[in-house]
Amino acid sequence: MGDQMGTDAHAQARAHASGESHHHHTHARGSVHRQGCHLLQVEHLSVSFRMYETRGEGLRDFLTAPQSTVFAVRDLSVAVHEGEIVAVVGASGAGKTLLADALLGLSEPNARVEGHIWFKGQRCTARDLVALRGHGISLVPQSVASLDPLMRVGEQVRGVAASRADARARAQRQRQLFARYGLDEATARRYPHELSGGMARRVLLCCALMDDPSLIVADEPTPGLDTDLAMRALADFRQFADQGGGVLLITHDIELALNVADRVAVFDGGTVVEETSVESFRCEERLRSETARRLWRALPQNGFKVGTDA
Amino acid sequence: MLEVRDVSFSYRAGTPVLAGVSLCVHPEERVRISAPSGAGKTTLCSLIAGYRKPCAGDVLVDGAPLPDRGLCPVQLIGQHPERMLDPRMRMRETLREAGALDVDLMEALGIESRWLGRFPHELSGGEMQRFCIVRALMAHPRYVVADEISTMLDAFAQAQVWKTILAWCAQHDAGLLFTTHSNALAAHLATRTFELRREDEMRARPESEAV
Repeated sequence: MGDQMGTDAHAQARAHASGESHHHHTHARGSVHRQGCHLLQVEHLSVSFRMYETRGEGLRDFLTAPQSTVFAVRDLSVAVHEGEIVAVVGASGAGKTLLADALLGLSEPNARVEGHIWFKGQRCTARDLVALRGHGISLVPQSVASLDPLMRVGEQVRGVAASRADARARAQRQRQLFARYGLDEATARRYPHELSGGMARRVLLCCALMDDPSLIVADEPTPGLDTDLAMRALADFRQFADQGGGVLLITHDIELALNVADRVAVFDGGTVVEETSVESFRCEERLRSETARRLWRALPQNGFKVGTDA
Repeated sequence: MLEVRDVSFSYRAGTPVLAGVSLCVHPEERVRISAPSGAGKTTLCSLIAGYRKPCAGDVLVDGAPLPDRGLCPVQLIGQHPERMLDPRMRMRETLREAGALDVDLMEALGIESRWLGRFPHELSGGEMQRFCIVRALMAHPRYVVADEISTMLDAFAQAQVWKTILAWCAQHDAGLLFTTHSNALAAHLATRTFELRREDEMRARPESEAV
């Protein structure tokens, strides 16, 4: 209702970097361009992998295996405004995590990442993205294996302090965050393998909220959490966004995402097929892409339907 | 019948995670194991599937303890597929641990044949989980233990995976135990809910998670 489709003259009037087009998305009511730019702008992002094609299992097949390029993400565009949560929703294997990896400069060695990424109006090189990691852009990784297995989780969340005063401040912040997520002091002294799946997930959340980022990229932050804890985590993202931050929330859980997000980017076949406001997602008719409609229908509360089931 | 008889378990002496847990599951049942985060659901699942040995008590399938060698009649599908797969084995070898490839099952779960030559890190979380499911079912278990297995899957894949598992269990007369935090999913799957309660002495546990 309050969103503007396609062209938005309001934003067009602001100064944008040359070549920057942002007409691929639909705005939500709260989408604003402070400082005349998006907080994060991704244009024409492609991620491909050089891989060996193994045909047989003999030594000869192994040594002569040809290489091929597999495109996993193709021509993807997505934008996050300040004060906004954008949920990236899509099928498993669509390339959602590769998007997160590309934004953080964490792609695999055999990956080739192409495209343009602007952060706060600045065009970023691969090196810029690495420098921004933890200092502007924070990641909540998907895998609980991302925790250092040899370090107590409290230390991991506190990170490296610049000074004694900083160390005290960080320790206090860590205790606050742990208390907020129902993790006690004994938990802070444990190693990752001593935590349950849900506790490890909460530690990953604390890591991302620890440094004051401008953008949080959260890759499936809620699996293993019960509904209360998941809602608390999402409420924290909401609060973070309301204070001027931006959140790119990567999830397959449409229902959960719709509760907090302002806009939804529907991901399919390695690209964003629809980027629209949450309001359009409330009823099936307002979704333009078949992928979005199919996801909506497969939800347990909408009938748990697979494929073309009537 | 799967019997969990008075099972206790602790990772560290003096801080029991499970104390005196008893549970019976018949092959026709689909039982949800329900408890808050950190209460020991995953630990119980790993005990039932023989990944760990209980400190006290027994896990019996049709009156016999779980075998030490060979395919276990209780197969676990884990919460974190990246931890259940050998990172240095291609997916084809991983599946062959459980016997000859079941092409129909792979197709039902949407596994593409080109993924077979890949290593786990070359797959997405949801793709890895589908391999874990196929591997577990290819072992022809009497009981399937599904520990929060569909949280990394989109709604479409979740429906596909659960339909396949339910159909397989019905066809092979296998029982199902599962954990999930989604009440909507549990309502769809469960024939019964088992509340994993903590003993009174465990409330004094320092890591008790009052939420």
